[in-house]
Amino acid sequence: MGLELYLDLLSQPCRAVYIFAKKNGIPFELRPVELIRGQHLSDAFAQVNPLKKVPALRDGDFTLTESVAILLYLTRKYKVPDYWYPQDLQARALVDEYLAWQHTALRRNCLRTLWHKVMFPVFMGEPVSPQMLAATLAELDVTLQLLEDKFLQNKAFLTGPHISLADLVAITELMHPVGAGCQVFEGRPKLAAWRQRVEAAVGKDLFREAHEVILKAKDFPPADPTTKQKLMPRVLAMIQ
Amino acid sequence: MGLELYLDLLSAPCRAVYIFAKKNSIPFDFQFVDLLKGHHHSKEYIDINPLRRLPSLKDGKFILSESMAILFYLCRKYSTPSHWYPPDLHTRARVDEFMAWQHTAIQLPMSKMLWIKLLIPMITGEEVSAEKTEQILEEVKNSLKLFEEKFLQDKLFITGDKISLADLVALVDMMQPVGGNHNVFLNSSKLAEWRMRVELAIGSGLFWEAHERLVKLAEWDCSTLDPMVKERICEFLQKYK
Repeated sequence: MGLELYLDLLSQPCRAVYIFAKKNGIPFELRPVELIRGQHLSDAFAQVNPLKKVPALRDGDFTLTESVAILLYLTRKYKVPDYWYPQDLQARALVDEYLAWQHTALRRNCLRTLWHKVMFPVFMGEPVSPQMLAATLAELDVTLQLLEDKFLQNKAFLTGPHISLADLVAITELMHPVGAGCQVFEGRPKLAAWRQRVEAAVGKDLFREAHEVILKAKDFPPADPTTKQKLMPRVLAMIQ
Repeated sequence: MGLELYLDLLSAPCRAVYIFAKKNSIPFDFQFVDLLKGHHHSKEYIDINPLRRLPSLKDGKFILSESMAILFYLCRKYSTPSHWYPPDLHTRARVDEFMAWQHTAIQLPMSKMLWIKLLIPMITGEEVSAEKTEQILEEVKNSLKLFEEKFLQDKLFITGDKISLADLVALVDMMQPVGGNHNVFLNSSKLAEWRMRVELAIGSGLFWEAHERLVKLAEWDCSTLDPMVKERICEFLQKYK
């Protein structure tokens, strides 16, 4: 059994792993885990990842979770082009810096935006107060500004002249609010230009393929009561 | 000007960087940025790190934030012993996995514990609701359970027989509630024994030196807290109510 990747492209970190593996021609078996049907909570999946989260990787006897760890593992094992995670000490440090920062910053805000704007009201049938949504969107706005001012600045990509893991992780995160109907690139020409560059570097077809699911998030049918009950506690913990 | 590290040892990520640098005899200038006095909002510090967070590293013209990035940078630049970040593909992946997971699973809840147990009552004069406190206690309990089951298991350290960056980061995170007199190691002898091993591997002298400011936090006279900082904190704390 070769490399297996347990993914749901609804999830931001799964998209990053998927695009990276495909872009670099890394052979893998895709093991779909449908989050909105609660498949990540099954006993079968718990065998793969007791933390019950996606993405997860299985390589023979070795299993691994956390998208950043998975991306680094694939980078090292499959000897991908240097620009993804440069050998140069300072260039690499800048990628590490973004990958660390994003956990509690952009990732969190993008996740909350999707849930407060779309997933709670539409999928879960739980209305979100206008104040809560406004607060979440305001936080997203602040984070987007930081992304531009501190990370992107006047560079072509987040950490320098070439695309890296940082850009891949960031762009897949930003597509979450886009999927929720937020025009995050509007009024932000620098970010919009960066997005075009990242899409071109990844390949438009692969980018579109990876984002098909999230772009349809608004159209998900409402969850049935059993599924909703199953998913709710973990969702609430995830977005706090 | 050599390597500068901008630190306040009240912060767990700062302690990880401090201990690592000292343990590996990496020469640096300790630049104290007093969180309690709001110095991370000063113009001088914002020039170093516009995110206004600690720790930061300055190496000549190169500036770096995020403790993970700083720890990896120091490992590579100063060629520290390989057990800190083992080169074996699977072992290294396990360290990366822990480092990614701990941001939200360990560091955040442990930091919240300190706010709830000490800082919020001290600064605002109000206690946090029993419900909210119970919620955080549950979170901490669950995270520690996962830590033991998934990362530590029956090994001496997270990667096996030797201490690594993962143990260092885990322990300084878990020490945070100690500043509020809450000891997370009491309920599990396995965790307590691991804690002792990590302390000894670091060296008790260095370990406690790094934690001195934290353990004395309860003695801090918070009337000296900068009013603007206090206001900012109170605003930020609305979400803990």
